[in-house]
Amino acid sequence: MIEKKDVEYVAWLARLELSEEEIERFTRQLGQVLEHAEKIKSLDTSEIRPTSHPLPLKNVMREDLVKPGLTQEEALSNAPRAEGGYFVVPRII
Amino acid sequence: MSAYEAVIGLEIHAELKTSSKMFCACDASFGGEPNSRTCPVCLGLPGVLPVLNRQAVVLATRLALALNCEIAPHSIFHRKNYFYPDMPKNFQISQYDLPLGVGGHLEVEADGESFRVGITRVHLEEDTGKTVHVSESGRIHGSEYSLEDFNRAGVPLLEIVTEPDIRTPEQARAFMQELKSIMEHLEVSDCRMEEGSLRCDANISLRPAGSTKLGVKTEVKNMNSFRALQRALAYEIERQEGVLESGGEVNQETRHWDADANVTTPLRTKEYAYDYRYFPEPDLVPLELDREFIASVEATLPELPAQRRRRLREDYGLPAHDAVILTSSKAMGDFYEAAVAAGADPKAASNWMMGELSAYLNAKGMEIEEVPVSPAQLAGMIKLVEKGTISGKIAKSVFEEMLESGRSAEEIVAERGLTQISDEGELDAVVGEVIKENASVVEDFRKGKEKAVSFLVGQVMRKTQGRANPQLVNDLLLRKLRGGD
Repeated sequence: MIEKKDVEYVAWLARLELSEEEIERFTRQLGQVLEHAEKIKSLDTSEIRPTSHPLPLKNVMREDLVKPGLTQEEALSNAPRAEGGYFVVPRII
Repeated sequence: MSAYEAVIGLEIHAELKTSSKMFCACDASFGGEPNSRTCPVCLGLPGVLPVLNRQAVVLATRLALALNCEIAPHSIFHRKNYFYPDMPKNFQISQYDLPLGVGGHLEVEADGESFRVGITRVHLEEDTGKTVHVSESGRIHGSEYSLEDFNRAGVPLLEIVTEPDIRTPEQARAFMQELKSIMEHLEVSDCRMEEGSLRCDANISLRPAGSTKLGVKTEVKNMNSFRALQRALAYEIERQEGVLESGGEVNQETRHWDADANVTTPLRTKEYAYDYRYFPEPDLVPLELDREFIASVEATLPELPAQRRRRLREDYGLPAHDAVILTSSKAMGDFYEAAVAAGADPKAASNWMMGELSAYLNAKGMEIEEVPVSPAQLAGMIKLVEKGTISGKIAKSVFEEMLESGRSAEEIVAERGLTQISDEGELDAVVGEVIKENASVVEDFRKGKEKAVSFLVGQVMRKTQGRANPQLVNDLLLRKLRGGD
């Protein structure tokens, strides 16, 4: 069963800040989702190949051709901060 | 003999030599102004879809086949989730439990001995962007902020994981050299370690010699050359040995090789404690490579270094050692064969390339492609020696100048007047002079000290600045000394 500390860990992995109330609510809701998954797991799927894609497609590929993309200016146009053609990101550690 | 045996496995990343990126049509070549080779797909903007590059699949299959891997009949891509600003999507598309190639092996030679390294897997993924840390040291710690260039983000990358079959730093280096040469021959990667298109991490643990149980391993990163790989592993073996000898335990951790200080240091584990939460990439469909596709790739496999080594030995009668050095890179082998095709004696060409040429490249830190001398020019120089136009000693100085200037041996010899003196008349006077000036040595010779003649030959060579034909000088001296005139 999922516990509060699991929710806190997942939230940390996703860099989400949750309130105490949210942690409790998500623990309850995620618990229900997992309970449902447990039910599905009781079915025998040993003969079924895991589905990685819902459509019956395979080998969709493109030829190795270069096409123009964005200019540096366009690429940086949404950046909160840019410097010398680079994206500026906050201190990492 | 150490009481411990090292167990080493490598994880190698090689950028594939495609024109465009892995999942979009951006230019994949090295360089460019920062962020000038991006598009909504590799920048991870909303609403875009990746489409797999066919050539990347061909190149990955080529290498997987050359490493004797089985090509998976069904493989898929996964998202590897992590937060680090070098990947704008906050995940990297990679392969996880169903990689493209599995269960291969490679035979490698080191110090005249052959060993086999198992290849666990070969899989496709995408490269990340480049991060520049803004601080005085340029290191991540203490930097105020960082800069991101996404030109490399999305470039096709091949990951190769070996079994822990490597036992020494020398074997690790030999394996990497062989792998690099294979990738060059296959033309799947540029393999430029300094540009980061070939990278290598190592897992290493020690165990008591004779034991089959694995010890606790560390992962060593940041080894940017073959030399760094060998030195980092040697350091790590010594370090772990010290820990075990003093009764301690090796910490399972990731360590960073510091090439300036010659040590590995632990990365702060908490910051790198990843939980990647892999899940199937829903935007890409499975890859199912059939026999026909695999056969078509197999049919285009060129000659590999091992086959080339065999051929060089058989066709040119080269010793095994020569063949190994001459196939250490594709360019080296190509240069050699072009020189022989231009008329150079096979063994002489091999000697010059393994000796003077390699020494020059090492000293200058250059690649063979960068020297101005052509294979035909090397052949021309060797022919001058064969014909006796110049002596072997003079040839060394001529070759040095060729390497610097890119001019032909003929030109240099003519300009500097280096032609070997093989004219008896011309040498006669010098020989006479030397005999006169070295009366005591001549006396020694006449008393039966035959070896004294080589000193006299040396004197003649000195007086002629090395240009005299040594054999002829020898004959002349003996004739004069024995004849008594």
